[in-house]
Amino acid sequence: MDYSNLRRQAASMKKSLFDQGYLDEQFCQVEDLQDEASPNFVEEVVTLFFKDSGRLMSNIEQALEKYPRDFSRWDAYMQQLKGSCSSIGASRMKNECMSFRDSCGQGNVEGCMRSFQKVKREHAVLRQKLESYFQLLRQAGPAGAATRPVM
Amino acid sequence: MDATAFPYGLRVLVVDDDPTWLKILEKMLRKCSYEVTTCGLARVALDILRERKNKFDIVISDVNMPDMDGFKLLEHIGLEMDLPVIMMSIDGETSRVMKGVQHGACDYLLKPVRMKELRNIWQHVYRKKMHEVKEIEGNDSCDDLQILRNSFEGLDEKSLFMRSDSDTMRKRKDMDKDHADQESSDGNTVKKARVVWSVDLHQKFVNAVNQIGFDKVGPKKILDLMNVPGLTRENVASHLQKYRLYLSRLQKQNEERILGAARQDFSHKGTSENLNLRSSFQEQPNIGNGYPHASQNIQTQTKMLDSQLEDTKSTLPLPAPDKKRTLVSDVADSQNVTSASSLGGVLSFKSLPVNQDRKPSETMILECQTWSGGIPSKQFMQYPKHNHERCDLLGDYSCLPKPDLEHPVGPSNLYTPPPLISMSCSMEGGARDFSDVKPAIMDCIKSLSPAMRCTVDSVSVQLSDSVVTSTDGDLKFSSVDGSPSNKDCCLDQTNSQGTLRPSPESSIIGGTELASLPDDLPNYPLHGVSFENIGLSSIDLLHYSDAMILSGLQNNWYDELEFSSDMMDYPSIDLFV
Repeated sequence: MDYSNLRRQAASMKKSLFDQGYLDEQFCQVEDLQDEASPNFVEEVVTLFFKDSGRLMSNIEQALEKYPRDFSRWDAYMQQLKGSCSSIGASRMKNECMSFRDSCGQGNVEGCMRSFQKVKREHAVLRQKLESYFQLLRQAGPAGAATRPVM
Repeated sequence: MDATAFPYGLRVLVVDDDPTWLKILEKMLRKCSYEVTTCGLARVALDILRERKNKFDIVISDVNMPDMDGFKLLEHIGLEMDLPVIMMSIDGETSRVMKGVQHGACDYLLKPVRMKELRNIWQHVYRKKMHEVKEIEGNDSCDDLQILRNSFEGLDEKSLFMRSDSDTMRKRKDMDKDHADQESSDGNTVKKARVVWSVDLHQKFVNAVNQIGFDKVGPKKILDLMNVPGLTRENVASHLQKYRLYLSRLQKQNEERILGAARQDFSHKGTSENLNLRSSFQEQPNIGNGYPHASQNIQTQTKMLDSQLEDTKSTLPLPAPDKKRTLVSDVADSQNVTSASSLGGVLSFKSLPVNQDRKPSETMILECQTWSGGIPSKQFMQYPKHNHERCDLLGDYSCLPKPDLEHPVGPSNLYTPPPLISMSCSMEGGARDFSDVKPAIMDCIKSLSPAMRCTVDSVSVQLSDSVVTSTDGDLKFSSVDGSPSNKDCCLDQTNSQGTLRPSPESSIIGGTELASLPDDLPNYPLHGVSFENIGLSSIDLLHYSDAMILSGLQNNWYDELEFSSDMMDYPSIDLFV
């Protein structure tokens, strides 16, 4: 197994995530926190994020259905989700959250619905990409997982 | 002490409903060499803080939390524990930041929070200590100052943030040598016996205070008057502080009640009760003095107490003397969620030996404070620490959908006049064990109207005649014979997940409705905290959130029997496995 190659791939994947705006600086901050005491910190955090954000999103989904035109409620929920996105630097997803909130502010139901679909999509895409990334890191070996790929 | 040494081991409590952030913040703080405890629920955080008041140096909390508005939490903490609180939010809008400042936050961090910001939080603790020294200097005898000075001088890094409260010192195991320094000034031994503020003792205290006069009162004078051997000035001082807070809360409650009636907003189930209770409430405490204005500044309190002396039925909104914390609200401002003085509420008068002649082990007095249905949420928000209605327990009350239910301990418990509401569940045959008492409590609770949510702010368990409030507000379960002490239900501060190690007898059940709790709570998980098999019978501090952002959340809250992951708006459990 060419570990160095895998590591390069992982690094490159990560770089593209940044370049394409999926992730931002906060992700690096999280990576910096990873150390010997918590060697899988990043992955743990990301896993936690996806689990919790999934819950938040289903809250929103239910609210959209159950409380029509309840913009303040929708907004509050989305605020939570947005806050969550900021934790790992899920930049694109966060942007969609913000545009959802804009639509709420405008009382634009259709806009909200559209934005929400986008949020969901970004969520799914990011999840898939990060899963691949971590998989690659794991394959690249413990050294690869522990070190932060050079950007 | 090396004044320039970094305060390693600063004890931080982080409160955030977002588990991802909680994990990240925890890690960051650990990296700053701080001692971190995490918590995912505001009310649990309050419980934790109340339980171990002197175990934390600083609190960091998110602003937007589902179970309680972060600002409200901020107020509570400020009033009850007087800890510095840092707010966090993804929302950096000036108005929000301003609100934070107004509520007394010592800092407001924007998410995403950076390590370097967290690294500096210790300054807030220092600053506060400095202020405390100044206050005490100005207010009371030089004894306090001397003690604080001793505490600062004798400190190494770890003990840097030790408070002068003797109970704190007792709790910090590694503090022995400093204890010796500090306590030698009072001639006390390092291991002081815990002072038990029995009814008699407290009565002596109150008498002394009354005799001296509020405006002239000071721990030393009280101590001399009381003439109780073995009682120290510190004991009195800290008791006095609590007493003042308690009085100020009473004051606020009374004001609120009067205003509330005047507003006539109620849906009237409770109005008459309001009025009835109010009047009896006013007369009830044997304090014999006016209702001092709430303030954390002891100095200020003294002044205000004086002005209120004659007027036990004062309905005047008091001016806000406290400069440090602009928590005192306009009473009239119903939108002001920050009416903090009433927050002084959960005082540590938690043990209520109402009936001294009863066999202590047989009596559990459950202070159940419930809202009458009529109180609008606005008012709740205004005075979160309402001892609003000591309702007739068997009355038919419907609870407000959005009550704010930081219920203070009923004052009646502490003072000899019979409590307005006191569910006495007498146990036949000494109930030595909380688990025996538990069903009785549950029965008491269940006798309440199902629509009424009983907020048991604090269950005072008088299981022995020595059960009394601790001078630092600990829940005194430990005084029960054979009961494990609170230490069993403690937060492992090094445990990154902040999991409580429960013991059957101890409990901090945050965020749970007592009325709807099952008798057994196996694996009763709460956000950020997981319990295993917590007995219900011990004191439960339940608080309703008053400022649930979304009313729907509240509905969910009440509909759910368990605080479980089924609840729509609450995070799934056991996130920190």
